Amino acid sequence: MHEYSVVQALLEQTENVAKENDAQKVTKIIVKIGVMSGVEPHLLEIAFNTFKEKTICDGAEFVMNIQPLTIECQVCKTVSELEKIHYCCPKCGSIDVKVVDGEDMFLMTLEME
Amino acid sequence: MCQDCGCSITDHIHTDDHSEGHTHSHGDDHAHGHEHSHEHQAAHETLSHNPQLKDSKTIAVITKILDKNNQEAAHNRAHFDKHNVLSINLMSSPGSGKTTLLEHMADMVSFKFGVIEGDLETSRDADRIKAKGIPAYQIQTGSACHLDAFMVHKGLHAMPMDEIDVCFVENVGNLVCPASYDVGSHLNIVLVSIPEGGDKIEKYPVMFRQADLILITKTDLLEHFDYDIEHEKAEARKIKPGVDILEVNIKDAASVQRVIEWIEFKRKMRG
Ligand SMILES: Nc1nc2c(ncn2[C@@H]2O[C@H](COP(=O)(O)OP(=O)(O)O)[C@@H](O)[C@H]2O)c(=O)[nH]1
Ligand SMILES: [Mg+2]
Ligand SMILES: [Zn+2]
Ligand SMILES: [Zn+2]
Ligand SMILES: [Zn+2]
Ligand SMILES: [Zn+2]
Ligand SMILES: [Zn+2]
Repeated sequence: MHEYSVVQALLEQTENVAKENDAQKVTKIIVKIGVMSGVEPHLLEIAFNTFKEKTICDGAEFVMNIQPLTIECQVCKTVSELEKIHYCCPKCGSIDVKVVDGEDMFLMTLEME
Repeated sequence: MCQDCGCSITDHIHTDDHSEGHTHSHGDDHAHGHEHSHEHQAAHETLSHNPQLKDSKTIAVITKILDKNNQEAAHNRAHFDKHNVLSINLMSSPGSGKTTLLEHMADMVSFKFGVIEGDLETSRDADRIKAKGIPAYQIQTGSACHLDAFMVHKGLHAMPMDEIDVCFVENVGNLVCPASYDVGSHLNIVLVSIPEGGDKIEKYPVMFRQADLILITKTDLLEHFDYDIEHEKAEARKIKPGVDILEVNIKDAASVQRVIEWIEFKRKMRG
């Protein structure tokens, strides 16, 4: 259950941004969770809603955008969103692919007051 | 970051993508000569001191959630690099054979190594390694199911860095959580043992995606299990096309030797 550790990092990050912007309260927080980031979105949400209490995020809405695995083929240059975890160009079959998105978790947007 | 440890890494490496939004407050707590090349400092300043932005309620942040961990990991790597130590993160389920492999390698290697051990509660693994005359440091993670870069930073300062060539990090036994945390190693080795069954690679793609080398261990038990090694290799290469894979059976010294040779090769290829 590293989702708890991830949420702790997220809350710390959020607090820093809020401070820099002289905000008193965070009302909405949007994150992007890659399908290959290694966190379970459902667990992340539970962890967030458990830990946000008594922080600057207390009462904040938590929005998760799930990011599919996206690759760019280095041979035919096609960019594809993969449904199956198979690092291979669906168009030409090359395995020489570059990951564009879907392997990381980002704090994207904060709404504050 | 490490005001207590007196480390003097001057060639500080930044992993944060400076083209991204600047909201991270990193680096400022470095008490010692890190040369930060903060071209983004100015942009940062305008962002937080722009009165117009203070009124706006929505801020695009776009920073990796584990940004702080990643920075510490880069810092750890800089430590290892400075001492010319190759750092290898060993990950697997509990019982796949990480500690046993290290014990056996101790009698066979031509390089010198140390081990940073991660475990929930005990220091049994570190004791096993020390019994082989190998320097080991135990990190007890308590409830944390993985090692992070900050824990490993503590461990690396307990290592005799000038006396070793390779530093293994034996991560907490777990195929999920450790995959998300860069601990500052140069290479990841992921073990999976025959008795765990033939679906582990497909079930835990995030972990196997991290692997530079996959070890299929306990191959002496193959006759007792329905385990199709070639199928597993194919599955692994759907996730990581270029991954190296070796079969290991601790009773077969030649198979352990191949792992050592792989490490030797990687040491040479880093110059
Ligand atoms: N049959 C067999 N058993 C092994 C092999 N490698 C490790 N083991 C056994 O697997 C068990 C767990 O090993 P250990 O190294 O503690 O696993 P760790 O949790 O990954 O560190 C021990 O009882 C080892 O003796 C192997 O190659 N063959
Ligand atoms: Mg062990
Ligand atoms: Zn976890
Ligand atoms: Zn293609
Ligand atoms: Zn430092
Ligand atoms: Zn240090
Ligand atoms: Zn920076």
